[in-house]
Amino acid sequence: MSKKSFRQAINEALRQEMQRDPRVILMGEDIAGGQGGSAGVVDAWGGVLGVTKGLYTEFGAERVFDTPISEASYIGAAVGAAATGLRPVAELMFVDFVGSCLDQIMNQAAKFRYMFGGKARTPLVIRAMYGAGFNAAAQHSQALYPLFTHIPGLKVVVPSSPYEAKGLLIEAIRDDDPVIFLENKVMYDDEEEVPDEPYSIPFGEANLTREGDDVTIVAFGRMVNFANEAADRLGKDGISCTVIDPRTTSPLDSATILECVEDTGRLVIVDESSPRCNMATDVAALVAEQAFDALRAPIRQVVPPHTPVPFATVLEKLYLPDAARIESAVRSVMAYKKAKQDA
Amino acid sequence: MTDLITPITMPKFGLAMTEGKITSWNIPSGAQVEAGQEIADIETTKITNGYESPASGTLRRQIATEGETLPVGALLGVLAEPAVSDADIDAFIAKFQADFSSDNAADTPADHAEPIMVSVGDLTLRVQEAGQGDATPVLFIHGFGGDLSNWMLNQNALSTDRRTVAFDLPGHGGSSKNVGDGTPAGFAATTAALLDKLGITSVHVVAHSLGGAIALELAKTCPQKVASLSLIAPAGLGQSINMDFIEGFISADRRKTLEPVLNYLVHDKTLISRKMVEDIIRFKRLDGALQGLQTIAKACFPNGRQAEDLRSVLASFAGPAQIIWGEADEVLSPNDAKNLPDTIPVTLLPQTGHMPQLEKAADVNAALIKLAK
Repeated sequence: MSKKSFRQAINEALRQEMQRDPRVILMGEDIAGGQGGSAGVVDAWGGVLGVTKGLYTEFGAERVFDTPISEASYIGAAVGAAATGLRPVAELMFVDFVGSCLDQIMNQAAKFRYMFGGKARTPLVIRAMYGAGFNAAAQHSQALYPLFTHIPGLKVVVPSSPYEAKGLLIEAIRDDDPVIFLENKVMYDDEEEVPDEPYSIPFGEANLTREGDDVTIVAFGRMVNFANEAADRLGKDGISCTVIDPRTTSPLDSATILECVEDTGRLVIVDESSPRCNMATDVAALVAEQAFDALRAPIRQVVPPHTPVPFATVLEKLYLPDAARIESAVRSVMAYKKAKQDA
Repeated sequence: MTDLITPITMPKFGLAMTEGKITSWNIPSGAQVEAGQEIADIETTKITNGYESPASGTLRRQIATEGETLPVGALLGVLAEPAVSDADIDAFIAKFQADFSSDNAADTPADHAEPIMVSVGDLTLRVQEAGQGDATPVLFIHGFGGDLSNWMLNQNALSTDRRTVAFDLPGHGGSSKNVGDGTPAGFAATTAALLDKLGITSVHVVAHSLGGAIALELAKTCPQKVASLSLIAPAGLGQSINMDFIEGFISADRRKTLEPVLNYLVHDKTLISRKMVEDIIRFKRLDGALQGLQTIAKACFPNGRQAEDLRSVLASFAGPAQIIWGEADEVLSPNDAKNLPDTIPVTLLPQTGHMPQLEKAADVNAALIKLAK
């Protein structure tokens, strides 16, 4: 056990699974260092933020290869490779680029098991960076996990810390269905204790990072850290919060969310994806429909505005949810009094 | 005047403990307390434990407030006789706080020794060492599903005049996940090899639960290595075992299912902290951990009974031995300690479950120190 960054945890998960299973291969733009052609420096890059660095050197060109800048072709190739016996991990770089290969994911990989009567397996992982706060502008900053969550047949993982990332990525690689694994690009240098041994965290099982009596906060990915920060601050004022990290948006651990709301009676949802048809609206609908009687205050969503992610630093900061906004949402549901109290 | 004043400071429950939180004061300011009386509850990241007063006197001041987190050694309160003036107590507190902040800056790293990894044959074992001195070393052997942190309230207490060693058995904690045949005899062979590797010829063995059966196997095969046996709720002395615990521990894969299983371990269920449950879940997620536990359970508890009867080994053991058991043990029955030779003292602890070394650390430590003298 030692402290590892989010980046190191992901690298270690890839390395250990490649050691364990020769069918695991990596493909993507610049993941090996720009040797798509004959030129280039061996293992120079490891992807744009260095996550796969060292793997080309260890496993060679047959298992770690750079692809042309054509998402449609290499994601399609990865889907085909998965359908025919390999376990590819394809890196999409920025998740914002999914538009050019959505058919391969949405209409092919996600549908194979169903269309072929349960006889086809597609053990594919697509890794991609998501999220604002990196000053990467509107075309490289979206949090598109709701888009994938919407598609039956895909599993969608949004890890919130280095420990979570390693265990969930190993689970993703061992899973026989296509998995979209989304890494918040602002978190790569976050550090925590991560076991050296391989381990896997099951999908569809939420993690409670805080337990309290007053308010349930459901948060996704990087937002879990902000929710913890807000919960710790609120705790000093005697407001105790449960913080739920669902880990996977598909499958979603709705049972844990409902149980916690039954206990606390108040719900705040934190989601950095665009506010229409996102995870916050999904969870709000779930709770409104199935735990309405438990609610003692309206559900509050802490989400960005419905705009492209701004490039200007001050505007980007204004755009993203943060601990202060979560804190004030929690205080508002605590302060809520029903207009028509029982006589 | 200061010898009439006793500072109450944040205790160090475990080697890794650097700070603790006062969850509650059990004694109001101004009340009389006896030495050994539980005066406060202190929570660490691993456990909540009653803190026993180091002396008798009047609790003149509560310095720490409930909910406050303070470093080990920080002043929590002050005990003194009523004759001591408030001014003297104020002066004592002021001096203590001034000295403490400067001491704290020069924190001794030796106190926070990290576990080391030791190669024994094909295995890598996680080993926590503490203490030094000429007295015969102490070896701690944990039980099924445990790890070296099971001794967090005991290892320091025995390390004042000797070397002490706690380790994770194969398949447990941070050690290799290969458990071999999973029998106590197999683990005893690994334990003997670890002692050889560490250059230790003879130890006082302190062993818990399944570790007790391992200790007895060690005493059978390598009697020269075992200076004494302190067996805490040991396996190997009877047939019955709570298989709901064993099977539940193996099958539980989330907090909600594991917590009720861990409740079998203690009489005071509040001791099972969130962190303890999470640590065990994290251990169980490691590749190979589950298979290791299954192999051990199959080898040690086939058909829901204990496979090995080691009573004769204990009865014929030449060195001193003792047994410590919680009367409210829900995993192994303290009745198993009956009908042993009179030369083996049995300490039965009231209102104590399967882990007396955590629940009644002070009593257990006193018994362990007595035998190791």
